[in-house]
Amino acid sequence: MTLVLDSVTLTYPDGDRRLTALDDVSLHVPAGTVTAVVGPSGSGKSSLLAVAATLITPDTGTITIGGTSTTGLNRAVLARLRRRHVGIVFQQANLLPALTAAEQLRVVARLDGRRGGADLQAEAGLAEVGLAELAHRRPHQLSGGQRQRVNIARALVNRPAVLLVDEPTSALDRASGAAIIDLLTARTREHGVATVLVTHDRAHLDGVDQVVELVDGQIAVRVSRAE
Amino acid sequence: MFVGWRELWFARGRFGLLVGVVALITVLVGLLSGLTGGLAGRNTSAVLGLGGDHVVFAGEDAQFGGSGLDESTAREWAAVAGVRRVEPLAVSMGKVEAGGRSAGVAVFASPGSEVVLSRGAAAELGVRDGATVTVGDLTAVARVSTEDDYFSHAPVVRVPLPPGSRFSVLILSTSDSDVAAADQRLGTKTETVSDALERIGSFAAENGSLRLMRGFLFAISALVVGAFFTVWTIQRSNDIAVLKALGASTPYLLRDALGQAAVLLALGTTTGTALAAVVGAALPSTVPFVLDLPTLAFPAAVLVGLGLVGAALAIHRITTVDPLTALGSAR
Repeated sequence: MTLVLDSVTLTYPDGDRRLTALDDVSLHVPAGTVTAVVGPSGSGKSSLLAVAATLITPDTGTITIGGTSTTGLNRAVLARLRRRHVGIVFQQANLLPALTAAEQLRVVARLDGRRGGADLQAEAGLAEVGLAELAHRRPHQLSGGQRQRVNIARALVNRPAVLLVDEPTSALDRASGAAIIDLLTARTREHGVATVLVTHDRAHLDGVDQVVELVDGQIAVRVSRAE
Repeated sequence: MFVGWRELWFARGRFGLLVGVVALITVLVGLLSGLTGGLAGRNTSAVLGLGGDHVVFAGEDAQFGGSGLDESTAREWAAVAGVRRVEPLAVSMGKVEAGGRSAGVAVFASPGSEVVLSRGAAAELGVRDGATVTVGDLTAVARVSTEDDYFSHAPVVRVPLPPGSRFSVLILSTSDSDVAAADQRLGTKTETVSDALERIGSFAAENGSLRLMRGFLFAISALVVGAFFTVWTIQRSNDIAVLKALGASTPYLLRDALGQAAVLLALGTTTGTALAAVVGAALPSTVPFVLDLPTLAFPAAVLVGLGLVGAALAIHRITTVDPLTALGSAR
């Protein structure tokens, strides 16, 4: 299960002209690997993530998630694709305040109309990120690092083909941030997920398989671990 | 309603306030409905108890109190095809006296009638069956009816209509009769009994005012619910964006939010209806108030329906929430 972006170009209206956020970007993220996307502010990192998450349709180019091309799919089908095959780890944990940690995971199954097994899945998902004991706590009863772990567990609970991670350590101290990156890398390998990690912190690049540097919407540098 | 139920519990303070507001509006609407029914009864029960299906008036603008019809008109109506029964009725406001006491009454005079006091009139005079009463020039032994008939807020006294007298209306019992053609020929105006009630001046004015008040309360309730859900939806727009980014379909989110509104409205109107019933039951019998299921349940159902419409308009903005906002500054 891979993520493939092929010649993706994305522009936004900006007054009378259009601003190019992504300019002919191609990216191949194999299953079980982490690709880090780095670059200065405004370089197109978040746009790349949004396009890969099917939240924006690019002007040109194709996105293929786990073998399914997203070209021409309507909103309802894209939503289903996200539910089943895409996990998103938000920059802020973005947990729903009314739900407990376990319910944050169960809601993903509910969105897909599934009830059976959701409790066990949620339990296992929280155990994977070391939060089994805190399953009944609400977001305001968790620390920043714990919230981010729930965020990751929620993204992984459906065993997605693709995991999109947006600056997961920006609100955390260095030690907590490193632990989160280690967790993401371990889960990527364990579940065979194609993970894209957007980060501004180069200290987190040690364990990744591929590093892509975006500048002005173009890939300026691409380094594979093997190289 | 996986998220909806949990939000209801999590924000129970805010939702509780809305339930309270809806309950109070329901109490007001319920009491107003009971009062409307009670006052309507005090205006119309005697007319509704007359037994016919149509009422013939002397003309377009005639009311119950006039004396525009005579025996020849009654005979002509009796000859109209499909008219089975014609009963002349003279209606006037007057006074009945007995044992040194008097009461303001509506006098219903019809041919061959005995003197009959409605329960209200008898109670005001403090008399029983067989008492001697005086109505205008007539002094007679009266019977007390088991009915509590009222007309224009006055208890009714039935008296005989002297032969040759003019009268206010004709009460018709018909079957497939062309009353419009007969009206045109005879210069009268015939209404169904329910339409004829609008010609009781006090009923039309009172009923109109009370219905207007009730209508305003319905509108206020819908606006309150709509305003609440507008603010609520704006407050949780980031949560909605996150759910959409996780793959929630818009119909799922709309169902969830509308479900919340339905639960709140059901709780509020049930509580309010129960309170209105308790207050209604505690009112003294002198207060005209109808306490029955249709009178209280109908406005509650309207409140739920209109509240859902208000909520639906408010939560419609869910469709415009962009899941991209969950990702932060992608643009």
